[in-house]
Amino acid sequence: MRTEIDPGKPAARPGATGVRLRARGLGLACLGAVMMLVSGCRLDMHLQPKYLPYEPSEFFADGRSERQPVPGTVARGHLRIDELLYTGRENGVEADRFPFPITRADLQRGQQRYNIYCAPCHDYSGSGRGMIVQRGFPQPPSYHVPRLRQASVGHFVQVMTNGFGAMYSYAARVEPADRWRIAAYIRALQLSQNASLQDVPEAERAKLTQAPAHESSPEGAKQAAGESR
Amino acid sequence: MAQIFHRSMNLLSRVSIYGAILVVGALGYALYALALSPWYTEQTMVRPQPVPFSHRHHAGELGIDCRYCHSSVEKSSFAGLPPTQTCMTCHSQIWTNAAMLEPVRASYRDDTSLAWTRVNALPDFVYFDHSIHVSKGIGCTTCHGKIADMALTYRAGTLYMSWCLECHRQPEKYVRPKSEVFNAFYEPPSNQIESGKKLVKEYDIQSLQHCSVCHR
Repeated sequence: MRTEIDPGKPAARPGATGVRLRARGLGLACLGAVMMLVSGCRLDMHLQPKYLPYEPSEFFADGRSERQPVPGTVARGHLRIDELLYTGRENGVEADRFPFPITRADLQRGQQRYNIYCAPCHDYSGSGRGMIVQRGFPQPPSYHVPRLRQASVGHFVQVMTNGFGAMYSYAARVEPADRWRIAAYIRALQLSQNASLQDVPEAERAKLTQAPAHESSPEGAKQAAGESR
Repeated sequence: MAQIFHRSMNLLSRVSIYGAILVVGALGYALYALALSPWYTEQTMVRPQPVPFSHRHHAGELGIDCRYCHSSVEKSSFAGLPPTQTCMTCHSQIWTNAAMLEPVRASYRDDTSLAWTRVNALPDFVYFDHSIHVSKGIGCTTCHGKIADMALTYRAGTLYMSWCLECHRQPEKYVRPKSEVFNAFYEPPSNQIESGKKLVKEYDIQSLQHCSVCHR
């Protein structure tokens, strides 16, 4: 490190002042370089005194920055007074009607949500032989057994909301309206596995019998590929 | 007066001048290469985690959708780390005696958080929102790499600003159909630029590059 000039002592030789000035200049240059390097390593903008989602906290005893709301807290717009929508029940009984009309878009949304959250166990067709079941999870009943074909839509919503048997609640992962859309899609799956020729519009029936002939032609194959997508 | 320097010094002085430029340039390039190397960016580095969770097994082999666990990715800036309840949805029934999963069971039992080590962390002065990216046709694997093939999770991108801008300048190079966003095995088509341009128009993707988009 640079030594300070002692003001109490006179300069030893006339030339020494020049040498000392040069040394001081060099020292300043070094200091400047070091400061530039050090300032490049400051992280106070990288690590700001704020909590990002799920960041740990040293302030709270449980180590979490995310706090549980006081019991009974209702977030604005989240008052759940609509018993049918939020529980699947009406006057405590599982309801057999939807809280809103189901459109084609709702069914498609239901299919998408079903394939994400339900298909791992219930299988894409609702047979109850999904991938996780094949890996050892207790097999849920097929949706196509008489008991579940006769069950009300509210029953499925209630099970999604509260869980059933080995199945945990999906309330944290699936929004209330999406639970109804999934229930609607389960109904569609049930129809698909129990359909007869009478369910097909008359104009379309001819296509079913002609299907193999269509597939052999390149036009038909292209069409089929487009539809499956 | 006699010559102080021999004639050969002419060459020496030239070599030293050009040599110095070369050395400085080489040093600069070495620093640049180093800054982009996985050693410095920690791209391929696997961090210690409380549980050796395998995306390859869950997302790849079992085919579980990304959103099964990262359920807030479509509507929130944060993709969401699953609560322990999500792990226990299956692991209350399967692999219940695995020692590897004891931290998960302890977390569920004692209502304590699993302290995962963050793999993809941005500096605090960067704002990033998952929901807008996935809703405009930017797939998970575009940024997170071949996640369905990672036995242990590592960061696939540098997360440098240049890396973000690479796509913000030319989104058509990376955009994919919305139906393929969560496909962990998506391969871009051979005519990516062409179809990408079409999607950019269709999804109304803005090539946002001003500072306050991310630094707000």
